[in-house]
Formats: sequence, structure tokens, C-alpha cells
Amino acid sequence: MATQADTATSGEEEALRFYETEDHPHAPATLIGFWLYLMSDCLIFAVLFATHAVVGRNYAAGPSPADLFDLKLVALNTAMLLFSSITYGFAMLEMQKDRRAATLLWLGLTGLFGIVFVCLEIYEFAHLIHEGATPQRSAFLSSFFVLVGTHGLHVSLGIVWLAVLMIQVGVRGLEVDNKRRLMCLSMFWHFLDVIWIGVFTFVYLMGTLK
Amino acid sequence: MFSNPDLQTLVFGRLTWDAIPLHDPILIVTFAMVALGGAALLGIMTYFRWWGPLWRDWLTSVDHKKIGIMYIVMALVMLLRGFSDALLMRSQQALASGGGEGYLPPHHYDQIFTAHGVIMIFFVAMPLVTGLMNYVIPLQIGARDVAFPFLNNLSFWMTASGAATVMASLFVGEFARTGWLAMPPLSGADSSPGVGVDYYIWALQIAGVGTLLSGINLIATIVKMRAPGMTMMKLPIFVWSSLCTNVLIVAAFPILTAVLALLSLDRYVGTHFFTNDLGGNPMMYVNLIWIWGHPEVYILILPAFGVFSEIVSTYSSKRLFGYASMVYALVVITILAYLVWLHHFFTMGSGASVNSFFGITTMIISIPTGAKIFNWLFTMYRGRIRFEVPMLWTLGFMVTFVIGGMTGVLLAVPPADFVLHNSLFLVAHFHNVIIGGVVFGMFAGITYWFPKAFGYKLDPFWGKMSFWFWLTGFYVAFMPLYLLGLMGVTRRLNRIEDPSLQIWFVVAAIGSVLILLGILSFIVQLVVSYRRRDELRDLTGDPWGGRTLEWSTASPPPDYNFAFTPVIHDHDAWSDMKRRGYSRPLTGFKAIHMPRNTATGVILGGLSTVFSFAMIWYMWPLAAVSFVAILVVSIAHTFNYDRDFDIPADAVVRAEGERTRLMARQA
Repeated sequence: MATQADTATSGEEEALRFYETEDHPHAPATLIGFWLYLMSDCLIFAVLFATHAVVGRNYAAGPSPADLFDLKLVALNTAMLLFSSITYGFAMLEMQKDRRAATLLWLGLTGLFGIVFVCLEIYEFAHLIHEGATPQRSAFLSSFFVLVGTHGLHVSLGIVWLAVLMIQVGVRGLEVDNKRRLMCLSMFWHFLDVIWIGVFTFVYLMGTLK
Repeated sequence: MFSNPDLQTLVFGRLTWDAIPLHDPILIVTFAMVALGGAALLGIMTYFRWWGPLWRDWLTSVDHKKIGIMYIVMALVMLLRGFSDALLMRSQQALASGGGEGYLPPHHYDQIFTAHGVIMIFFVAMPLVTGLMNYVIPLQIGARDVAFPFLNNLSFWMTASGAATVMASLFVGEFARTGWLAMPPLSGADSSPGVGVDYYIWALQIAGVGTLLSGINLIATIVKMRAPGMTMMKLPIFVWSSLCTNVLIVAAFPILTAVLALLSLDRYVGTHFFTNDLGGNPMMYVNLIWIWGHPEVYILILPAFGVFSEIVSTYSSKRLFGYASMVYALVVITILAYLVWLHHFFTMGSGASVNSFFGITTMIISIPTGAKIFNWLFTMYRGRIRFEVPMLWTLGFMVTFVIGGMTGVLLAVPPADFVLHNSLFLVAHFHNVIIGGVVFGMFAGITYWFPKAFGYKLDPFWGKMSFWFWLTGFYVAFMPLYLLGLMGVTRRLNRIEDPSLQIWFVVAAIGSVLILLGILSFIVQLVVSYRRRDELRDLTGDPWGGRTLEWSTASPPPDYNFAFTPVIHDHDAWSDMKRRGYSRPLTGFKAIHMPRNTATGVILGGLSTVFSFAMIWYMWPLAAVSFVAILVVSIAHTFNYDRDFDIPADAVVRAEGERTRLMARQA
């Protein structure tokens, strides 16, 4: 690795090299970049949580969480999302063993759990709106719909991403780019799980407390 | 257009011929000038067959250097727009403070001050800062590009999309009349039913996401792509300041995104976040927007601090005094940036304890900032100072910024703020720090790095003209505003009823003309420098006796920046290399792996503009189509796995051989 520049330095200076003659591959930056994105997304949720903390009890003489929330339905929904995280974990384990079919199978299951989660949420929203508890009714309902809906939108986009990645893994196999993308989606998916724990606790459980 | 009004509403939403401001002579003349200028530009481009090269080498480029230059060009164009707004305001107030009406009715004047603030912050200062960081960071850390080159291109086009949306509001419809932060309930659907606030929302939303992505990109670049040996405490100080700025961007811009989304929901869907009824809370908006807004001002000033640090040390031919303390000061400012937002609305009535807390944290910020000023002074002390143009900007900054900082500390005292809140004193204060800090810093930076980007220096005579006009113009324009503010004149008034105050407005208007001369001198400087480029040419790549790595490579740098990855042993790596007798490698070049250009960024930027426009005018089918198109293009982009190519070794040999010949000629 010695270079010509070394010979130019005088005797008293220790021989230093000022450049690398071989290729210098940088450590891949995608994962840290995606982490940073997730943290910025987390701040969007932080704003929505803070907003809910400020106006979450402003019912404007309208319905309150105790009147509206069906905790059994929410528990079922939570279970769907938690199961989808577990199945995603299994998909990643299979990915590490380079087993394409098994990876795709677990990814498919993850997507199904995700779809059930989104459908249950749409059902819940439709039910509330049908009962007159619309986002326009009170600040509480505005922030409820937007916080929970933003999470649901993230899950929906995650499902689209998952579908695209399944096609790509199916076409090109578990090559290095696809593995990196699966890692990113994995972080995204588990991140949404963590956010949901916050939503479940803060919006539903604490909301229904008297 | 359509015989069926329902169909017309479906397709065009609320856009009708009335939206074209044919009744306003100022706008008609402006539009005619823009159209003529645009037609001339298109004609020239077609005549010289520049379309192909423009598309291939610039618009679709993922090269951080070209993207940096495009950011700066866009910022300078937008500066002309934003400054025209300033001239309109200054002349209106000068005319309408003597009892007259002036020539701008309130509804027009209100759009102008809103557009001025929005454009100057989002589409002048931000692109200047981002452009400079884009250009300089990879070169200073010895990297060949940023961590995510395509994302970089996309970020630029999202910012450009926001700029295009603001410009469209000039000729189609109107802009917001709410002030640059669009505070509700004024910006709500009841008080501002028109398209103005929607233009504001979508322009900032798209550009803000672009800025956020660029922040993520540059952090990943600085953390992961440094040359071997460049530990964090050997980073050039500009890179440190950029790192702090980008941390602030990533931690602040999501808040802007969220709060603008909530305001959009209030306006589009009828939710009650910031309304006065049904449980909404307008003060929540004020808090949230300033939790983004205060870090934003540090996002702008920290890179300028970095530029000044590089310049002071280069033109004093000395190492920067107190490098470690400079880094700590930057980090402390970064953290404190999040603990002061409430000083923007002491008058909200939070109570004595809350106001005291935020007053004290605000005053504490002056300590690290003061430390930086002393470090710059000590760097100059016993240095061999060369008064080149960038150094003049730096000296002008040091005096002007200290004055601005002191009026800031004054405003940080809550009882004083109760008197001065929303007065012209405040307006003078923030122009004092933004012009004296950010604008001077960006001009200093552009002058300093121009020879790196283009291979020749900027003409110093016109640079000095620009500097002196800006400096004197600033003082003449804004010192009267301090005075008027102390006398109780509030901001955002299109006429003032007290004729005894007119003289100060006239002085301020004269100041704005001096600044105009400063801007014109800068443009003349660009033209003159281009024409004298052979005399001003620098073949060494190191025209100023620079100290950091960007000066070790050719000017302009080759696409790959460095033929070999540099190895760093000390601060000021290039200065260290020169001292220890580095000689440039002449053989052994290898093929270099580089990212490939892509049109996806331009296409997504264009589709975002269409989507914004459709949302602003309630053209729902077009909005749906463009949104789906954005998704489809993004997904299609992920099916392209072939994103890199190799610059072949003999191309590198040719480029480096050419440089060897040029350097021999200079010697």
C-alpha cells in the first residue's frame, strides 16, 4: 500500500501516506439513513400525540372515548398487528438462510395480517362516522381520526411496499439489494408496531379511563 | 369553457378566468417581463442546442456538485423575486406614511409581505445553505458523492417544485395574506377562504419534505463517508456546522410537515385542530410552528458560521483558534435551539415562570455564540490577514451580527418584549441577523468556493462594490426600523397615519435602493468575471492557499472528485499535506465506480407541482391522477437495479494527465 508520495517526505517526518491506492469501499449508509428517516417520522407522530394530549379531552359536548371505543375490537386489531410483526421476524430469519420460498410465505402472511388490521380500522372508522362521531364533530375526534388514521396510512403504504418487494424477491431472488430493502421494511414494520403500542395505550386505554 | 358548469367545476375546480389578475397593472407588467425573458431564454437555449446537455448533464444529474450549483442558481433567481417584494414594501411605506394611500391596497400589500418572508426563508436562504453544503461537504470529507445521490436529486426537485408553486401564485390566483407563518385562525377556512393559504401550504409542504430528505442524506454522508483518518474531531469546521444544521433539519422539519398537514385538514376536511370552536386551539399552532421555526433560524445561521470559520482561518493563514470550543459551541447551540421557541410569543400569556425559563435559555445562547466571535477574533490576531472579498464579508458579518445579537438579547427580556413584540424593532432585529449573518455568509461562501466550482475567481472590484453597497444599504435600511419600532410602529402595516415618521421610512427606502445596487453589483460581478475568466483563471486548484481537502483536487473537480481516496492525519488536512511535502499521484489510476444519472427526480418534482396545483384549485380528478402517477413512478424506480457505472481507468488517466499539464503550465 506504500505510495510514491512517501518517498518524497523527508527523513525526520515519519513516512505517511496521503491517499489509498486501492478502492476504498464505504460502509453502506442505507440503514443509518433509514433509521434517521424513521426518527423523523417518529417526530410526526410525536406532534400528533402532543396534539392529542392538548385537545384529546375537548369533546365539545360530543361523544367521549368511553361512549365510542370498543376495546374488544381494538384488542383484536392490536393482536393482528403484533402477529404481523412476529411473522415478519420469521421472514427475516428465513431470508438469512437464503430460503426464498419460505421468506415469501412469511411475507405473504405478514401482508395478510396487515390487511386485516387496516380493514378492521376502516370498519371502526366507518362505524364511528355512521354514528355521527365524525372528525368534524370535535377537536377530540379530529385528533383521534388523524392520529389513528396516520398510523393506518403508514400500515397501508407498508402493505404496498411489501407487495412490491415480494414481486421483486420473486423475480430477482434474495440478492443483496433486495435483502437490504427487506431490512428497511422490517424496521419500518416494527416501528409501526411500536407506534401502535403508543396509540393503543394513550388513545384507547387512557382515553376510556374516567 | 364548458357548457356544463358541473363538468367545469369537476375538471377545473375553483379555477376560472377571474383567477388571472388582469386588473392589476403591476402584475401584468411583471408577467409580460417574465414571459419575454422566458421566451428569450428558451430561444437562446434552442438556438445553441443546449436542451440536450441541460437535461443530460444538469437536470437529471446525481452529481452533488451540479445539484449544489442548481440549488444556488435557483436561490439567486428567487432572491430577485423576494427582493422585488422588499422594494415594493419599502416604497409603499415611504409613500403611505405621509398621509397618502400609496399604490398598494392592503390585500395586495399583505400578499407581498407574506411572499417576501416565505420566499426569502424557504427559497433563498434554505437553497443557498443546502446548495453550499451539497457542494462542499463531500469535497471536504474526501468523498466522491453524498450517501444517496438519487435522493439528493429528488430533494432538489422537490424544493424547486415548491418554488414553482409560489411563483405560480403570482399569476394564477393569489398568495396568502397571513404573514410568513400563516397563523390560524386568520389562515383558517373561515378567514382565508381563497387559494392563497393553500398555495402557501402546498409550496412549503413539498419543499419541506425535500429539505428533510436532504438533511437525512447529508447526515448519513458525514457519518459514513468520511475519508480514512478523518475522525470527528478532525472534521473541517464547516462540516461540523453542517452536521449540526442537518441534525436540526431532521429534528425540526417533520414538525413543520405535521403542523401544515393539520392546518390543511382544518381547511380541506373541516377538522378542529386550530379553529376557535368545537374544542380547537389556535395557540397550539403557534407553539408547533415555532418548535419548527426557531430551530429553522439556527439551521440557516450555523452553516454561515462554518463558512466564516473556514474563511477567517484561510485568509489569516492560521489554524482556526479554539477548534474544539468551536465544535462544542455549535453542539450547544444545536441543543439550545429546541429550548427557546416560546420567546416568539411571550405575549401569549404563559405566566411569569414559563416566560422566565424561555427568556433565560434565550440569553444563554449568546454565550456559545459570543465564544465563536472571540475565536474568530483570536484567529485573526497575529495572523497574516489578506483582505480578499470573502474576508470583507466576514468582517462585515462580525460587526453587524454582534449588533443583531445584542438586540436579540434585548428582545429576550419578557417585559421588554411585551413592548416590542410585533414591532418594527423585531423586524429590524431579525433582518439584522439574517442579512448580517446568513446573507453575508452565503455571499462570502459563494465568493470563496466559486473558483473551486468554475476554475476562475470572481472579479474582486465588483465583489467589493457588492459588499459595500450591501453593508451600507443594510444599515441605512434597517437602523431606521429599530428607531420606528422603539417609537411603537408595528409591523405589516400598508400605511402609517403619522406624517412625522415619514422621514424614517424614506431613509429606509433609500437603504433598500443601496441593497439593490449591491445585488446588481453581484450580478455584474458574475458577468464581468465570466468575460475576464482567462485572466482570473486558477489552474492550481488552490487559489487562496486553502487548508481543507477540497483545495487538493482540480478546479472544477472531476466527476469523481478524488482519483484516490485521501488519507487524513491532522486537522486542515490539505494544509497538513502541503506542509509534509505531499506530491500528487501520477500513475496507478483505476476505474472509479459512480452512480448513474436518472430522470426520476425531475419527473417526481414535476408531478408534485401538478399535484399541488390540483389540490390548491380543488381539481380532484387531476389530483387523484397525479398522486397515483407519483406512486407509480416511485415504484417503477425501485425496479431499476442498474444504478451504477464505472468511469474507465483510461478516462481517469486522461483527466488527471490534463491536470498535470495545466499545473505545469501555471508553474
